[in-house]
Amino acid sequence: MGEQTPLYSEHERLGARLVDFGGWDMPLHYGSQVDEHHVVRREAGMFDVSHMTVVDVAGPGAGPWLRRLLANDVARLQAPGKALYTCMLNDDGGVIDDLIAYYLGPGDYRLVVNAATRAKDLAWLQRHAEGAEVVVEERPELAMIAVQGPSARERAARLLAEEHRATALALTPFTAAQCGELFVARTGYTGEDGWEIILPGERAAEAWQALLAAGVKPCGLGARDTLRLEAGMNLYGQDMDETTTPLESGLGWTVAWEPAARDFIGRAALQAQRDAGAPRKLVGLLLEDRGVLRGHQRVVTPAGDGEVTSGSFAPTLARSIGFARVPAGAGEQVQVDIRGRLLAARVVRPPFVRNGKPRIQLD
Amino acid sequence: MSNIPSDLKYTRSHEWLRQEDDGTVTVGITDHAQDALGDLVFVETPEAGRSVKAGEACAVVESVKAASDVYSPVDGEVVAGNEALAGQPELLNTDPYGEGWIMKVRPAASAETPTLLDANTYASTLEE
Repeated sequence: MGEQTPLYSEHERLGARLVDFGGWDMPLHYGSQVDEHHVVRREAGMFDVSHMTVVDVAGPGAGPWLRRLLANDVARLQAPGKALYTCMLNDDGGVIDDLIAYYLGPGDYRLVVNAATRAKDLAWLQRHAEGAEVVVEERPELAMIAVQGPSARERAARLLAEEHRATALALTPFTAAQCGELFVARTGYTGEDGWEIILPGERAAEAWQALLAAGVKPCGLGARDTLRLEAGMNLYGQDMDETTTPLESGLGWTVAWEPAARDFIGRAALQAQRDAGAPRKLVGLLLEDRGVLRGHQRVVTPAGDGEVTSGSFAPTLARSIGFARVPAGAGEQVQVDIRGRLLAARVVRPPFVRNGKPRIQLD
Repeated sequence: MSNIPSDLKYTRSHEWLRQEDDGTVTVGITDHAQDALGDLVFVETPEAGRSVKAGEACAVVESVKAASDVYSPVDGEVVAGNEALAGQPELLNTDPYGEGWIMKVRPAASAETPTLLDANTYASTLEE
């Protein structure tokens, strides 16, 4: 038996198939993973992501400290509520974790990091907090529900008191606001519009039931994985880890190189790799032959072998897609070793799907 | 509870087998197996004419999340793979004992009778 979120009994009541995920008992699906995927692309689905770790960082030194710890630059967050996606790097430029940082106000930030990396992230943050004017506080009492899909915000707005609705519905992408007890962020991991709502754990079941009543369908981690893959979003531990840099993980866009004087952890190593040219890159793959891409399959390219990091059937495309780490010189046409046969795959630029629509050429 | 028809034979690896009047056997995966795998999205069936041994992996079923082998319950020669599954792998979910069959095998004349389970015994393996 693993750890349980405040919504565990809701999942049981809904007949979820539960699986271990990073030490947590989490819903894989509530019947059909593919149906749940389509619901998010077409209407509205919700995910219990309370296993994710919320960390508040406060104090006069918080801003400068995060500018050293994160490869993206929180100084870009000028207005309270603004958020950014970033990697946290080690000295070698390897990715310790990817996370979202919210700017709440002067000296006041909120980080949302992965569940599976919780212990090492907290240890890293605490270690570097010594001597800095910051207080790093985990918020395990908070739950988190992601409500995603084209009608997600409209349906979820019913959770909010009248006085907060207009504020929440006016949030632009990658912006958040505290709406009473609910911290509402227009972020997500599906490629669809929606909110991620952070709220007190003891209020989570009530909110979940209200969302159900509003027609939002419960969705499990299975659909979350195919949705994020179609959306071209990396999964930590599969698509990048401490042995890969953002430049080798399709995440160069998240690194803030300017101002050049900002000395974030990992910068020197990353700069050296940038100057020399990263030897590997993460690409999107569309399998052209019949079959299913899976993690760890060998990718054969004219420039040498690579490896699939994430692969699945993509319900929106009815094709198999994936990410692969390949030599920098790999061309557009590659082959994937699936059970001893070399099948044709094409390198494509993610995202594969956004806002319900295919974004790649299928033929 | 999963559906386990009493007129079929079963393996511990969750295949079912139906003895046909023409001497062939039809093979598929059980309702329990399809439920455990989840939504099936790809099936690779063996080609007609292929010789198979009991216990040999000869088909692959892939759900959204993972690939699983399907083992032949008998020695013999594949007479047909279910080509409908190429376009409609979900037949394995919706009709595992009917349209979702995977292959037909003609058992080798010399084949020893393999150890197959009846429905009650198979049901008891699911409770273990």
